Amino acid sequence: MYGNAQIDSKDKARSLTEGEDPIKLAEFEARIIRGEKIEPKDWMPAAYRKQLIRMIEQHAHSEIIGALPEGTWITRAPGFRRKLALMAKVQDEVGHAQLLYSAAETLGKTRENMINDLINGKSKYSNVFNYPAMTWADTAIIAWLIDAGAIINQVTNSKGSYGPYCRALERICSEESFHLKYGHDNVVFLSTGTQQQREMVQDALNRWWTPIMHFHGPPDKVSQHTEVLMRWKVKMASNDDMRYRFLDEYVPKIWDLGLTIPDPKLCKNEETGVWEYTEPDWDEFKRVINGDGPCNKERLQVRRWAEEKGAWVRRALLKAETKYTIPLA
Amino acid sequence: MKSIDPRINRLNLPENNDGKEVLDKLEQWETYEVFHQKKRGDQHVHVGIVHAANPELAIIMAKEAFGRRRQTANLWVVKSSAVTATDYDDQDIFETTPEKTYREASDYYCMDRIRKYQQEHGIKDRKEDRRKKKESV
Repeated sequence: MYGNAQIDSKDKARSLTEGEDPIKLAEFEARIIRGEKIEPKDWMPAAYRKQLIRMIEQHAHSEIIGALPEGTWITRAPGFRRKLALMAKVQDEVGHAQLLYSAAETLGKTRENMINDLINGKSKYSNVFNYPAMTWADTAIIAWLIDAGAIINQVTNSKGSYGPYCRALERICSEESFHLKYGHDNVVFLSTGTQQQREMVQDALNRWWTPIMHFHGPPDKVSQHTEVLMRWKVKMASNDDMRYRFLDEYVPKIWDLGLTIPDPKLCKNEETGVWEYTEPDWDEFKRVINGDGPCNKERLQVRRWAEEKGAWVRRALLKAETKYTIPLA
Repeated sequence: MKSIDPRINRLNLPENNDGKEVLDKLEQWETYEVFHQKKRGDQHVHVGIVHAANPELAIIMAKEAFGRRRQTANLWVVKSSAVTATDYDDQDIFETTPEKTYREASDYYCMDRIRKYQQEHGIKDRKEDRRKKKESV
């Protein structure tokens, strides 16, 4: 479950290719044009490596943190089958994080450093997980619509240029299809249930609409960075493109259930085929991603607690002769 | 720290932390490459890596990460450090150069020579007989 590659506003304005060997750079770009994948030990521009580490690491963190709002409801799931299914979904998300951390590691950052950066707030994760899952219906909306947004993003990124990331995404996507069906099933069950159940799922949709619209990130600024990252197949589609794809596929399915979306402007322009909507509050997005959301502190403190409490086990198992090897692929 | 999750409330977590790095170097142990066999008779295929303190734990991690959803008959784990690999920069060593056609089945055809010999020595061509039979039917 994750959003698209974000351009860090703190990145210096200088060119992403500055200081690179022009011959090697040309060979690298030719390889990408031919549709070849880049593998861990291949030559790559420093900015390519940096951007991919940041992107894959954030994706891995999102899987770990994404397990928390849903995990809250495991003990209170309505019925044994739904409890088992939710446990399986949450375990999948944690498994996805393992696959993604491994892919990021091939680029030269250790897993220990990534986890430290997560719990110290140096690395980001998907902003939506800084919101609470207030009711059982929230978990249904997350499993259906947040995972739907993530699948659109992940399928697109799996066509990217970095081999280990593509391979991890392919495996992840095949598991996400269960999450989507599971989430849809839960939303349908509530939407076609009692008046109270319908109200509960409508309330959850109202709460989650803004985070859902935030999910794929703010509209991309047209910049040289974006252009280069697209050419390198690090960024495979603009944030707005991803959002349009999501709206196109899922808004009709939401309306099918007689639910309303809390945006009176939302409609598809029949002439242009483009979705029109009220821009979500991007100031809120920035505020939350920078730490001031309803659950940011809780998410990181829970993660920190888990790592601190598990440290003695990891250290007891550590042998003196252990040597780190970067994963091969 | 107040949460909607009673389990988290019971932890009495502080609002702020000391910002310490929790994980030491190597705390995630060594890297193992994982090979997965779908069913008996198939090849083992490389599917990814796990981190583990020893091979037995690596198998347990690999079972969760790679055997939990797909049909699995057998798993192997190998320390990444034990693998010797070729370099992608040397990929040209694998190119079958055009002059090595003697290694291809398609490089061997000798019917012309057989026919010539048969004509010269009056040996009947079996296949011609068969062709005639077919035509008469």
